[in-house]
Amino acid sequence: MILKTKLAGQVFAFNHLTDVLARANDEKSGDVLLGRAARTVTERTAAKIVISNLTLEDIYENPVLPPEKDEVSRVLKEDLSLGIYSRIKKWTIGELRNWLLSHETSGEDIIRLSRGIEAEAAAAVAKLMTTMDLVSAASKIVVPSTCNTTIGLPGTLSFRNQPNHPADDLEGIKASLCEGLSYGSGDAILGVNPVEDTIDNTLAIMNLLYDFMEKWQIPTQNCVLAHVTTQMGAVEKGARCCALFQSLAGTQLANDGFGVTAKILEEAYDCIHQLGQAPGPNLLYFETGQGSEQSIDADEGVDMVTLEARCYGLARRFKPFMLNNVSGFIGPETHYDGRQIIRATLEDHFMGKLLGIPMGMAPCYTNHTKINQDDQEMATLLAAMAGANYYMGLPVGDDVMLAYLDTSYHDDATMREVLGRTPAPEFFEWMKKMELMDEKGRLTAKAGDASIFY
Amino acid sequence: MISENEIKQYVAKILKDLAEQGQEAPLAQVTPGTPVTPGPSSRPAAPDEGAILPDILEEDLSERIDVPNPHNLEALKAIKKITPARIGVGRAGHRYLTHTLLRFRADHAVAMDAVFTDVPEEWMAEHNLPKFQTVCETKDMFLTRPDLGRRFGPEEAAKIKALVGSNNQVVVFVADGLSTKAVTVNAIDTLKAMTAGLKAFGIPLSVPFFVKYGRVGSEDAVSEITGAEVVVCLIGERPGLVTSESMSAYICYKAYPNIPEAKRTVISNIHRGGTPAVEAGSYIADLVKLMLEKKASGLDLKL
Repeated sequence: MILKTKLAGQVFAFNHLTDVLARANDEKSGDVLLGRAARTVTERTAAKIVISNLTLEDIYENPVLPPEKDEVSRVLKEDLSLGIYSRIKKWTIGELRNWLLSHETSGEDIIRLSRGIEAEAAAAVAKLMTTMDLVSAASKIVVPSTCNTTIGLPGTLSFRNQPNHPADDLEGIKASLCEGLSYGSGDAILGVNPVEDTIDNTLAIMNLLYDFMEKWQIPTQNCVLAHVTTQMGAVEKGARCCALFQSLAGTQLANDGFGVTAKILEEAYDCIHQLGQAPGPNLLYFETGQGSEQSIDADEGVDMVTLEARCYGLARRFKPFMLNNVSGFIGPETHYDGRQIIRATLEDHFMGKLLGIPMGMAPCYTNHTKINQDDQEMATLLAAMAGANYYMGLPVGDDVMLAYLDTSYHDDATMREVLGRTPAPEFFEWMKKMELMDEKGRLTAKAGDASIFY
Repeated sequence: MISENEIKQYVAKILKDLAEQGQEAPLAQVTPGTPVTPGPSSRPAAPDEGAILPDILEEDLSERIDVPNPHNLEALKAIKKITPARIGVGRAGHRYLTHTLLRFRADHAVAMDAVFTDVPEEWMAEHNLPKFQTVCETKDMFLTRPDLGRRFGPEEAAKIKALVGSNNQVVVFVADGLSTKAVTVNAIDTLKAMTAGLKAFGIPLSVPFFVKYGRVGSEDAVSEITGAEVVVCLIGERPGLVTSESMSAYICYKAYPNIPEAKRTVISNIHRGGTPAVEAGSYIADLVKLMLEKKASGLDLKL
């Protein structure tokens, strides 16, 4: 493994793989905060050059965190297809980038190699790519998933209806839910973040959503984003639910902070497989985002992009229905401005798709960051061009419970119409039956009125 | 190649043709290189000095419905009352109506300015709050380095000790945190109510002060410097779009750097739409008294 290069007459020597992976990142305040960012543009470029020359084998032989000490590394190692990996282990990361972008390489070809590519290698190749590279390579990869219905099919674009309420008021949740459905948001899932993480509250919201689906015959799935063990408690108590949710991180230390292990995730899968309302096979919903590990001092010296890819490697074992990425959720200590959040959005989407994950994106921001609506909308449109399976949908993008900004019901309709996409097939039929959408997927005059459900 | 002169003639002809057809010439049609002189039709109306547009933020959104001809207007009115979410906003095609967009921008503007503006020195002077500063040198450094917003340099620490002393029962201070507005609107009323409450209990309180570029964890350093048994930090919360004026009180028994977060007691949502500042102040006084009795705070304090 060569960790040194000459560039512009200077020698740049990196200490170890973790070091060069961090220095190669495009600028992010999170790397600067921990003193891991490249100190000059030339050093950043030197790190990219060193990475381009590493082989998949170099990365496999030098784990950023040892499997003996870290559960995420263990899962990644166990799940790697050694058969596929051994065919490509002599490829350099630079060659992998060329192969991914080549006209000769189809999305199916990429998926066939996916299980032989390690999470850290996916991160490494993302670090060599520009915005259009990330969009172009990812746009080939189709990863559909099925819970109650199927999302992520070519030509479709789906949305999670996120009708959060600051006091978990059931009628208040229903109000936003109806508003969103009248815009066609909710074919990915109807999912509420509860304020109160208790079994009874979770059960009440799960049933509210499921009863509504049943009453209006809506072909979709429901979920309540409490802690996974709380959700299991609710389902065991008789709550009617299709998918279980959990936040994931890229180190064992951070997952300990989240109160989650691979074993708990296995139990969650078994629980919803046995007691849930949906046939599956994809029954779990994960959320991840760059910087979540370092925000709780659990990054173990590894940079944000690499850790994010490790989340996808961990998620892959549990065949999720959806994984959504919320890299803008933390704030300026991880992503400083619009440019950093756009970059993170595209990196994450690409790495996830490369690792075979049905990626949804939440290009989002908080009010204490120098990111504005225009930045967010650019990230959203670019990720849609890259082929994101789904986005969130909130009333005017304002989450009145979590106090951050995400894509809106209007944005959802806009993306479908601008990019010529339709909802997931069964939901599309439902929208037409409800006279909310025409044959082309355009909203009708009746759409945008929550009171049609009252 | 077409000469510039030919283009000019061509444009002039089009404009003449349009005028003859009785159509208004497009305003943007200007021959390159010639100064723009507005004609009578494009001259703006004289400014009306006495008129002013109303403050868009004053409007109660829960009263506003922008859906044309709703299926069930009464239901729409009713659901607007049970959630602060921006529903019933209507649409322009698939985009927001202009009013929805401007109100969103206005709320976001106020939120951002609450974060990125400094608490005025005059405000501190007016309320006799001496200013100290964490090791953060700029707002930017403060926002991107949460770790530095918890620490004081040795000189600043010495100054705090000189003001407050090092053998205190209860120390209170105000920190800007993530909202200047939250602090300037609420902190004084909360401080006054809290001071009155503690006085009634006969519990002495140190001289209050202000910390610039302070995070919640700055109270750990303050506690260490001043030897406080209980430390109270009044701090601006990260603004949402619903309000930028929300303040929190973080209260901790015998705090020290890197104390587990679960050891803090928090009163959040201190603003006129949540817990009013005066009410919060009295409640803090009660809590401080309880903490001194039980010698605990946070999860250790069974409320």
